[in-house]
Amino acid sequence: MARPDGVPLLEVSDVTKSFGAVAAVRGVSFPLHAGEAHALVGENGAGKSTIVKMLAGVHRPDRGALLVDGDPVAFGSPGEAKAAGIAVIYQEPTLFPDLSVAENIAMGRHPVGRFGMVDRAAVRREAAALFERLGVRIDPARPARGLSIADQQIVEIAKALAGRARVLVMDEPTAALTGVEVERLFAVVRALCADGAAVLFISHRFEEITALCQRVTIMRDGAHVSTDPVAGLTVPEMVRRMVGRELDALFPKQDVDPGEVVLRVAGLSRAGAFAEVTFDVRAGEIVALAGLVGSGRSEVVQAVFGVDKRDSGSVHVNGKAVRPASPRAAMAAGMALVPEDRRQQGLVMDLSIQRNATLPRSGALAGLGFLFGGAERREARRWTERLQTKYGDLGDPVGTLSGGNQQKVVLAKWLATEPAVLIVDEPTRGIDVGTKAEVHRLMSELAADGVAVVMVSSELPEVLGMADRVLVMREGRVVAELARAEATEESVMFAAMGQGAVA
Amino acid sequence: MSSDRLRRISWWDVAIIAITLVVLLVAAGAVDNFGSSRNFGFLVLDLLPIALIALPMTFVVITGEIDLSVASTLGLTSAVLGSLWNQGLPMETIVPLCVLLGAVLGAVNGLFVTVFKLPSLAVTIGTLALFRGLAFVVLGDSAVADFPAAFTSWVTGGVGGGPIPNALVLLVVLAAVAGLVLHATPVGRAVFATGANEQAARFSGIRVDKLKFWLFVSSGAVAGLAGVLWTLRYSSARADNGVGLELAVVAAVLLGGVSIFGGKGALPGVLAGVVLLATLQNALRLEDVTNESLNIVTGVLLIVSVLLPNLGRSLRATLRRRRLRAARHT
Amino acid sequence: MSALKAPPAAAWWSSVVRAREAGIVLALVALVAYTAVSNPRFLSGQSVRDILLGTSILAVLAVGQAVVVITRNIDLSVGSVLGLSAFTVGSVVQDNPGLPVVVALLAGVGIGVVCGTLNALLVRYGQVPALVVTLGTLYAFRGVTYLTAGGQQITADELPRAFLGFADASVLGVPWLVVIAVAVTVAVGVLLRNYRLGRELYAMGSSPEAAALVGIKVGRNTLVAFAISGAAAGLAGVLFAVRFGTIDAAAGTGYELNVVAAAVVGGVAVFGGSGTVWGAALGALLLTVIGSSLTVLDIDQFWQQAIVGALILLAIAIDRLVALRTARALRKGGPHVQ
Repeated sequence: MARPDGVPLLEVSDVTKSFGAVAAVRGVSFPLHAGEAHALVGENGAGKSTIVKMLAGVHRPDRGALLVDGDPVAFGSPGEAKAAGIAVIYQEPTLFPDLSVAENIAMGRHPVGRFGMVDRAAVRREAAALFERLGVRIDPARPARGLSIADQQIVEIAKALAGRARVLVMDEPTAALTGVEVERLFAVVRALCADGAAVLFISHRFEEITALCQRVTIMRDGAHVSTDPVAGLTVPEMVRRMVGRELDALFPKQDVDPGEVVLRVAGLSRAGAFAEVTFDVRAGEIVALAGLVGSGRSEVVQAVFGVDKRDSGSVHVNGKAVRPASPRAAMAAGMALVPEDRRQQGLVMDLSIQRNATLPRSGALAGLGFLFGGAERREARRWTERLQTKYGDLGDPVGTLSGGNQQKVVLAKWLATEPAVLIVDEPTRGIDVGTKAEVHRLMSELAADGVAVVMVSSELPEVLGMADRVLVMREGRVVAELARAEATEESVMFAAMGQGAVA
Repeated sequence: MSSDRLRRISWWDVAIIAITLVVLLVAAGAVDNFGSSRNFGFLVLDLLPIALIALPMTFVVITGEIDLSVASTLGLTSAVLGSLWNQGLPMETIVPLCVLLGAVLGAVNGLFVTVFKLPSLAVTIGTLALFRGLAFVVLGDSAVADFPAAFTSWVTGGVGGGPIPNALVLLVVLAAVAGLVLHATPVGRAVFATGANEQAARFSGIRVDKLKFWLFVSSGAVAGLAGVLWTLRYSSARADNGVGLELAVVAAVLLGGVSIFGGKGALPGVLAGVVLLATLQNALRLEDVTNESLNIVTGVLLIVSVLLPNLGRSLRATLRRRRLRAARHT
Repeated sequence: MSALKAPPAAAWWSSVVRAREAGIVLALVALVAYTAVSNPRFLSGQSVRDILLGTSILAVLAVGQAVVVITRNIDLSVGSVLGLSAFTVGSVVQDNPGLPVVVALLAGVGIGVVCGTLNALLVRYGQVPALVVTLGTLYAFRGVTYLTAGGQQITADELPRAFLGFADASVLGVPWLVVIAVAVTVAVGVLLRNYRLGRELYAMGSSPEAAALVGIKVGRNTLVAFAISGAAAGLAGVLFAVRFGTIDAAAGTGYELNVVAAAVVGGVAVFGGSGTVWGAALGALLLTVIGSSLTVLDIDQFWQQAIVGALILLAIAIDRLVALRTARALRKGGPHVQ
């Protein structure tokens, strides 16, 4: 279906985009041809989302260009990208919850009838026709509020079709879908390609890429690694290019004889998020929670720490029960949580490094109830220096630091509480390789000092290199427990996907 | 020498304090009677309720909430004070009861905000109407005026009969306490963290709901105290006492550099904002501008105090972008 | 998969929406019945007429407010815009007794549009929250009215007969004020329901992020929403002048609370994105009937404002409960865990 002249529908040409001092994308190029599904892969933080946002017209490239039909374009707004025929389907669909499904599809280009009025019947008819074409049963009259993620994505695709999109960008659309739903989605995407559309497909699941896509672009740390036909690539080769380093390049965990059970989680459940999660962590152990994005790992550790509520189950630290839904109680019991989202959960970006680093301990640092800065400064300096954090001044807003140094401030903030249980959620996401190694060494040292460590990670090398035991979660449940010796890329991915997935 | 401390005093604080001083000087020079000690006493009494209520309001706004019901709380406590006095209760009992009433009214706001998770804006618009309505239910449109001189003259009088108003001493003490709590205690740290990023504050073990609840309680209690002082100052308990005062308070707080979006602000700036507002009103009134027309000044100041920092920020952002682009082209 | 459950979910949803308007009607019927039984005078021609005239002014304001609240904004300046319009138009009519009423009405609308546009510009281009802007202009517009009035009052005998007569005039037995209020409600209702612009206003309030992604002209629409609210307030000002004849600079002080209450009680969610002008108009009717009932039942008139406040709290609490229940139903039926 490619155009005879070989000009791609859309071409990403040598684009670069920086946020502050951090280059999220550096010199990335790839073409999207009509009739082709093109995979974009890379680890978390490789810059895929930034590419998506540029195509969506949310960000503008600092350098380089996007070419539509060979002509350079500059999107000033998402509306302009849409007008150029580019539709983006996000992992978390962006619908209007209060409006009907039909109206969600029509929004922005309602069919107009008599007296310039919206033709409401036509709006419903169009939605019904689109759903029929996609082979799904969704009532066009129902509100979008309450649709499952899969249905919301179908509505998004219907929106794109209604808008006559020629380029469809799908950002991890399958992350929260069941096998049947994925099949339905793929049938839809193949039909679109057959009609001459170009699809950019972002996924972590290699079997999906080999099943659906003709070409694959691999990114690593914001840079372009390769663009090749899928047919000529093996999965291990793709993994090697994505990761770009061998496992032994990582700092391996020191062997420690595990001590007593420190953290005991039993029967932890929350409706719609996770069910019957049970595990122990001993002093000196690092236990990894592996699984796909959306499998409920972060939800579990947040409930353990008490940020989220739990419906049932118990959490014990050193044999004592921890009150649910209270981070205070968890902290008093000796727990610390380095959360997944540094910017939203880990740090208060506008506050100074010093304030952030001492926030959980401001009560303990106060003398006679007062804080005049001295004690906070000393504490902040002690811990940031121990972690070799690079900063200009402790009074600078923490948001001015690089990602790696921000993560060190989060670690400093929690290590200062001298926890017995340290929970780290994606501890090295989006930080540079050097800092990664430092974080790994630090975790290893902490374990050697007798801290019980729980690590949620989506990076397999990290899981395999660091963990004494690996718990694999799928759809809210722990589906496998693997000892260090049993844990391999294949065994973990197999358990995580649960459908004979690894090619 | 920490630059953290230097940076904490923002350019807006400096500007607002400077402007306040200039306005004070100009008023003293250009407006007849402004500098007289009699007028100084009036100025202090005028700004007393605004300043008092602005103290907890600063906390509330920095946590990202707002309390629009304060003036109605003032009115209701004033009405209740009058009604209780009519029933023959001793003043020594009434005054603490009124402050307690204010605290209870604040707790009502706090419950709606923290337990039902309703936006404080909508809640306090509701209680703005409710509390004022109850004030009228309690006292109707009558007034109670025969309060004991010992109490009324304490409010209007000076320390030991001297020129320093009692009210000023009370205000200075409370402001000092508020300033210390906001800028030098764990509670203050929690207030800023909550306003700047509530989720991160929760993840750091800050009990956000508890904090907000108690802030609304203190806002109500201080509004109740202000209701007592207002009533005694004018020796008149009326249901419509302090109508519209919430505007002046919010205006002073925002003028003082507190961000309406939460997370930023400092108490010295707020106090300067209060003084600026009261000085302008006092001076213009001496120039025979009517109270109602003065509202234009307050209303415009309110908008400008949010508008200017916003414009400043977008201007800086534009300049930065332009500089980046220029740097890239060279 | 939830698609299979779609029809019952939709029916459940629309039943919630309808429940709000049905609830108000029910409350109205009960209130009217109770009051009429206690005092039959309540249903006399004069009393009903007073209620309708009172409702007209409040309904026009509430309809305008609904438009703004649907976009997840608020307009607290409406009472002051009403006052400014009432006094300004009153003075003009006083000086030009021959002026047709239509021109007076249009002049009121014009004043309102200017005020509303000013609010919108500050909200949109100043990036100042609507609450702060309209709280500020609430006082600023009022101050302007006091400045121009300078303590004066316009009394009924200073206004031309033709102007005041408009309050008593009627078409087919229906007072003009009521006709105007119904016309405004229907016009805005159709705009919101059947025109792109109206649908986009709902979209903006339902999800501002999604609205920007879809390419809705958020700035222009915000401008229109505030202009409509301003126009409604300006129009209500002229209706106020016609009805009461006596106007001073304080006309409409504190109205904003009743207006917000009418809209919120009528089911316009304070979080934006849902509600109808029919609901808002019904809310206005309910509030006015409550006021009249208090008088007829010999209950202290001072309860009125307290009831308004309590109704606001009740309405937002109910909205919240419904939202929570929807969220819980959704969570329990989530895709991952049974």
